[in-house]
Amino acid sequence: MIRLSAVDMAAQIASGQTSSVALTQAHLDRIASVDTDVHAFLFVDSQGALAQAAAVDAKRAAGEKLSPLAGVPLALKDVMTQKGVPTTAGSKILEGWRPPYDSTVVVNLKKNDIVILGKTNMDEFAMGSSTENSAYGPTHNPWDLTRIPGGSGGGSSAALAAFEAPLAIGTDTGGSIRQPAAVTGTVGVKPTYGGVSRFGLIAFSSSLDQAGPCARTVLDAALLHEAIAGHDPKDSTSINAPVPQVVKAAKSGDVKGMKIGVVKELNGDGYQSGVRTRFEESLELLAAAGAEIIEVSAPNFEYALAAYYLIAPSECSSNLARFDAMRYGLRIGDVNGASAESVMNLTREVGFGREVKRRIILGTYALSSGYYDAYYGSAQKVRTLITQDFNKAFEKCDVMVSPTCPTTAFKIGEKSNDPIAMYLNDIATIPVNMAGIGGMSLPSGLAPEDGLPVGFQIMAPAMQDQRMYLVGAALEAALLTKWGAPLLSQAPALAGK
Amino acid sequence: MALTYDDVIAKYEPVLGLEVHVELNTKSKMFCGCTTVFGGEPNTQTCPVCLALPGALPTVNEKAIESTIKIGLALNCSIAPFSRFARKNYFYPDMPKNFQISQYDEPICVNGYVDVEIETDEGPMVFRIEVERVHMEEDTGKSLHVGGATGRIHGAEYSLLDYNRAGIPLVEIVTKIVPGTGKYAPEVAKAYVAELRDILRSLGVSDVKMEQGSLRCDANVSLRLIGAETLGTRSETKNVNSLRSVERAIRGEMIRHAELLNKGERVVQETRHFQEDSGLTRSGRSKEQAEDYRYFPEPDLIPVAPDATWIETLRAGLPERPSIHRKRLQEAWAVPDKEMAAMINADVLNIVEATVNLGADPTKARSWWLGEISRIANDKDVAIADLTITPSDVAEIVALVNTGELTDKLARQVIEGVIAGEGKPAAVIAARGIKVVNDDGALMAAIEKVCAEQPETAEKIRNGHLPAAGALIGAVMKETKGQADAARVRTLLLSHLGQGE
Repeated sequence: MIRLSAVDMAAQIASGQTSSVALTQAHLDRIASVDTDVHAFLFVDSQGALAQAAAVDAKRAAGEKLSPLAGVPLALKDVMTQKGVPTTAGSKILEGWRPPYDSTVVVNLKKNDIVILGKTNMDEFAMGSSTENSAYGPTHNPWDLTRIPGGSGGGSSAALAAFEAPLAIGTDTGGSIRQPAAVTGTVGVKPTYGGVSRFGLIAFSSSLDQAGPCARTVLDAALLHEAIAGHDPKDSTSINAPVPQVVKAAKSGDVKGMKIGVVKELNGDGYQSGVRTRFEESLELLAAAGAEIIEVSAPNFEYALAAYYLIAPSECSSNLARFDAMRYGLRIGDVNGASAESVMNLTREVGFGREVKRRIILGTYALSSGYYDAYYGSAQKVRTLITQDFNKAFEKCDVMVSPTCPTTAFKIGEKSNDPIAMYLNDIATIPVNMAGIGGMSLPSGLAPEDGLPVGFQIMAPAMQDQRMYLVGAALEAALLTKWGAPLLSQAPALAGK
Repeated sequence: MALTYDDVIAKYEPVLGLEVHVELNTKSKMFCGCTTVFGGEPNTQTCPVCLALPGALPTVNEKAIESTIKIGLALNCSIAPFSRFARKNYFYPDMPKNFQISQYDEPICVNGYVDVEIETDEGPMVFRIEVERVHMEEDTGKSLHVGGATGRIHGAEYSLLDYNRAGIPLVEIVTKIVPGTGKYAPEVAKAYVAELRDILRSLGVSDVKMEQGSLRCDANVSLRLIGAETLGTRSETKNVNSLRSVERAIRGEMIRHAELLNKGERVVQETRHFQEDSGLTRSGRSKEQAEDYRYFPEPDLIPVAPDATWIETLRAGLPERPSIHRKRLQEAWAVPDKEMAAMINADVLNIVEATVNLGADPTKARSWWLGEISRIANDKDVAIADLTITPSDVAEIVALVNTGELTDKLARQVIEGVIAGEGKPAAVIAARGIKVVNDDGALMAAIEKVCAEQPETAEKIRNGHLPAAGALIGAVMKETKGQADAARVRTLLLSHLGQGE
């Protein structure tokens, strides 16, 4: 039952073939069995999940109309506030904090009767590409437990790949939904910036952060996308326009006559050979499905990574200033009349991990007087240039595509001491955040040399998210025909307890 | 030997710069829905947004933008078609986010001016104060430092934080440098703040209560030798809490600067705090090493781009400028200059106007507010506006005097009762049993009694010595516990003693 798609689970609940309580319990059992190995979850809310599930079953029994995903369990990235449920953002500094309010995403999930199983592991404050920066220990990739599940949302993607949940919420600042999806053989979508409310999303970089759906199929992702998207007056950067019709697109999968632009700069040198093999194969399948494949160029993408590592740290240095031990979370050194300043210093010293400190220092420096124009100012200009590259390319094509990441999952610990190598993992995903447009990653097969999943990235213009789902559904269908079974059926069985 | 003010101005020219912070009177805070009512229990007017809980986001209060645009228009500013909020980053426990959302290089209103008129040796003179910018920001919470001698953070045993004020909308009005006011600098500054206050009040955008902090002035002062081009080093005196203090603080700083300069010492660029009791300032934070606030555009808020037609609608709806309004009132009420100045000084013009608008005679209204009520306020050492008596109470009392139901003397008792919290005029009259004795029979009985008691005085009056009547009238008033109409007593008394007309 836990290997079904979310759509099929919802159908079984609606038809009475199973109940939400039974389905939720099955997932809780699976978590109890495999999560000691995977460590996808930071907190499992068995009681809350079962109560929510029972309420869905009661609604069904009463003959009430159910939403498309009613009763289906979901794993929530620990960066989203949920009332009364511990929320840490993967940091020691928030250990034990229980938010007094629901994020808008959680409000929407509850409204749609999607059952929240618990909170998933992540790089501290979403800073990282491997989930190794979590203060609570790394998450392991279900394909190979010695490897990283991607990051920052490694917990959410690993939960999907380990069948601990059929749906998950991620957040994507530079690739934190798409890169974990790629390396775990799952689907992850970063909607257009402003498409999903950020209210209750613990900010890393406000102008880049975007929550989105994670799932095992394109249609499941689309259904979750529609459940959480929409205008929110509590987020002034939220777009006040109708949600793109992504479910309709995912059901259609018709790419006849669509122009697909292959980004010249996001391929070739630095990309693992198996990644390129799978990418080329996917392009052939899309061409066979009726799409026209063309090449497009985005010359300024090469500056995206550098600009990102000025903008994101700058914003985070300010966003994370609120963690000062005064009102919530960790408090260190509050003894013998210590000053507020020394308590703040000690708490931040102890409460933040190395990568977080590295970025706060970087951002503080980049914003400081005399350096602002050279660093933050220039980075914003690069951002404009990247947006212009996208705009020009989208004059020639409907969507742009690339491999999601240059390599398959690397070993835990392999890049921990080399931040630049770690940052390079996001080279193909970052431009999308810089331009505020949508991006999707879906599995395109296994790299022949290591047998690990490879991701295929689809990028669409702002508020044209449905185009990613059209192309994603077409490719998914073609690959499924080729494979005969979903990619995840090839993943090794987890021993469990 | 201490310098006199005259010594200072004989040698130096003061240059001013004034920053005024105004708390807007919007119902909710700048970036969340919390109430802004003054004086709530600590930390009861807070939410995830103004407490800066993780994940919370600000949204802009449209009413605050409207109020700020109105202020900008009233101060003759241009309204920027596009302006942005920025983060001002610094750590302080009473600032929940550890950054303040403010405006930096793209404020909403720029380049305005305010004309203020003051009395000079050469008669009334107008000074133009140029306004550099008007921008929006949010207030901080309040720290209460407990223990230690000074109430300051240093030496305190512990501190309490109240976030009720955190996020209250603030508007900051910054002047360009103000040279050329010479010896009138303190008066010009005071008049400017007073004019701003009147303008803000007329716009209805703030309570403008300096003593509650809803209008706060920071005064920058520097001196340069008369005729010199370059500016001297300035000091910034913070949170000056009354109009009188504005004047005193600037005068005091001018003298302090001049003493330093005369001794060949330098003025330190720093923040100073005004001491209400001594009229002096004490040193605060040094600004020699400018703090780096790492301003950058607030990414959680979209730019403010007010619609041009909306701005024009707001402009068309601006109230009459207070200076013009004052002139119009003075003519309508036929008030002499000196009396007008007295009302402005005592800050009762608006109250008198409200009383007149309720039907009271302008002269009567003025004399009650400026006389009896001012006296009581002085005795109690509170502002007139803070007394419980309202314009409608005074209008009612004036009406009762007009109809003869109260005498002036009784009216004073009613006013005293209202201010003492005994209720509205009618309630005070009822409770105290105040009424004019206009029963001639009762008055005649009292007159006869008094004449019998003081036969010699009565005889003098009979003989035509009318000034003696005062003593008997007084005795009758005493006999009737002050409730008689003195004029009626006089008529009856004189006619009783054969001196009636």
